[in-house]
Amino acid sequence: MYDFTYLRPRSVDEAVAALRDGFDARPLAGGMTLLPTMKARLSSPGTLVDLSGIAALKGIEVADDRIEVGAMTRHADVAGDDRVRRTIPALSELAGSIGDRQVRNRGTMGGALSNADPSADYPAAALALDARLTTSTRTVGVEDFFLGTFTTCLEEDELLCRIGFRIPRAAAYVKVCNPSSGYAMTGVFIARFDAGYRVAVTGAASRYFRHTALEAALDAGADAAAALKIDPPQQEYLSDLHAPGQYRRNLVRVVGARAVERLHATQAETPHPNDAD
Amino acid sequence: MGQHSLTFRINGHDRQARVASNTLLVDLLRRDFGLTGTHVGCDTTQCGCCTVHVDGEAVKSCTMLAVQAAGREITTIEGLSGPDGPLHPVQEAMRARHGLQCGFCTPGIVMLLADFLARHPAADEKAIREALDGNLCRCTGYQHIVDAALAVLQPSDRGGADV
Ligand SMILES: Cc1cc2nc3c(=O)[nH]c(=O)nc-3n(C[C@H](O)[C@H](O)[C@H](O)COP(=O)(O)OP(=O)(O)OC[C@H]3O[C@@H](n4cnc5c(N)ncnc54)[C@H](O)[C@@H]3O)c2cc1C
Ligand code: FES
Ligand code: FES
Repeated sequence: MYDFTYLRPRSVDEAVAALRDGFDARPLAGGMTLLPTMKARLSSPGTLVDLSGIAALKGIEVADDRIEVGAMTRHADVAGDDRVRRTIPALSELAGSIGDRQVRNRGTMGGALSNADPSADYPAAALALDARLTTSTRTVGVEDFFLGTFTTCLEEDELLCRIGFRIPRAAAYVKVCNPSSGYAMTGVFIARFDAGYRVAVTGAASRYFRHTALEAALDAGADAAAALKIDPPQQEYLSDLHAPGQYRRNLVRVVGARAVERLHATQAETPHPNDAD
Repeated sequence: MGQHSLTFRINGHDRQARVASNTLLVDLLRRDFGLTGTHVGCDTTQCGCCTVHVDGEAVKSCTMLAVQAAGREITTIEGLSGPDGPLHPVQEAMRARHGLQCGFCTPGIVMLLADFLARHPAADEKAIREALDGNLCRCTGYQHIVDAALAVLQPSDRGGADV
């Protein structure tokens, strides 16, 4: 790993100033992606701005119809939070399925979303749960946040601060993992809202996408067997030594049907904050 | 570029060191403090041989900067039990159940299990196997490691081993 200047600011404003003024500066969150790439010398920032000292970026709040998660909240904290487990159990399970225990003790939601790895898990939840992402300068909807492979709308001196997930009536996440890396070869997150279903796919293509044909079928009452018959949309499906694009495209079908099955098996509906007791 | 004079709390003692920004926690432990029980088995954050506790939680010390560990409570395999014993229950169970062969992965496995089993006293075999996801062992095939973990939780009804 090449040398760099290390800074640990105490506030978002200080961090933004450090990113603007520092030589070739990058934020450091859990380091579970950034440090391995620096060790491999695939990346060599001149300045690392460690966000771990900024209290405002941590924690989970349940507000109105949303769960708001601070960018520096670790995967282990999301997986272990009772309110998340009660309101969006699928999000809690997703967090508990990322990487391994040691990785979950360091890696953060903000880091995972900012990194925008096409095989990462959280982006599927963010897209299906209609996330609202608050940065140091603005609030953007999830469809405007992800621009493509490893690319988001974040400017170099802009921090992701908070992620607000809309609370669904029910949700389910199913993935098929690469047996070596553990990353999703295809992951499908399905959320049911009063206004209809939202289905998001990660891992299969060069960008996360909504499976609108499956959404429409579910709105019309489709079950898992019917879901299996729905053609996945045209996408730039990823091809590598683990699986050709055609295989991943078919996984969208299979994993999607499994997610429908799991969603329907989720007997107990999640209590909605807008329901009077 | 960055040099930092810092205090580290390692195995219950305050230790001073001057570290470069790009020093990894595992290198601080091994090179500056001679705590070579923490191993390095990969370059990709996958093998878990370097697992230590930071504020009581298992982390991979090859993927954390030393500067990030300043002021936090670090425990390595050397700090898990005193030099003259008694062994930590996980160490004792690994010994009794033949949970190691070459021993290279063992410090990381012991540190992972010490954290996990303390927090999940009702864990079953499936949960233990999942917890070991980030620790690779090329020798044992894992079965005896899992047996050792189960023996820590149920000392009496696992074939009467005195662990
Ligand atoms: C062994 C292993 C297995 C893994 N398995 C999985 C898996 O199964 N599924 C999965 O989804 N992920 C997996 N990951 C990745 C893991 O989830 C990472 O934690 C995550 O991708 C990055 O989060 P981080 O907090 O570690 O960020 P870092 O590595 O610190 O940062 C990642 C990038 O985001 C930027 N960044 C970080 N925080 C912010 C912010 N608040 N605002 C703006 N930019 C920011 C950084 O500058 C950097 O470019 C795995 C990682 C490892 C090492
Ligand atoms: S040395 Fe392999 S995970 Fe740290
Ligand atoms: S005992 Fe040899 S690698 Fe685990």
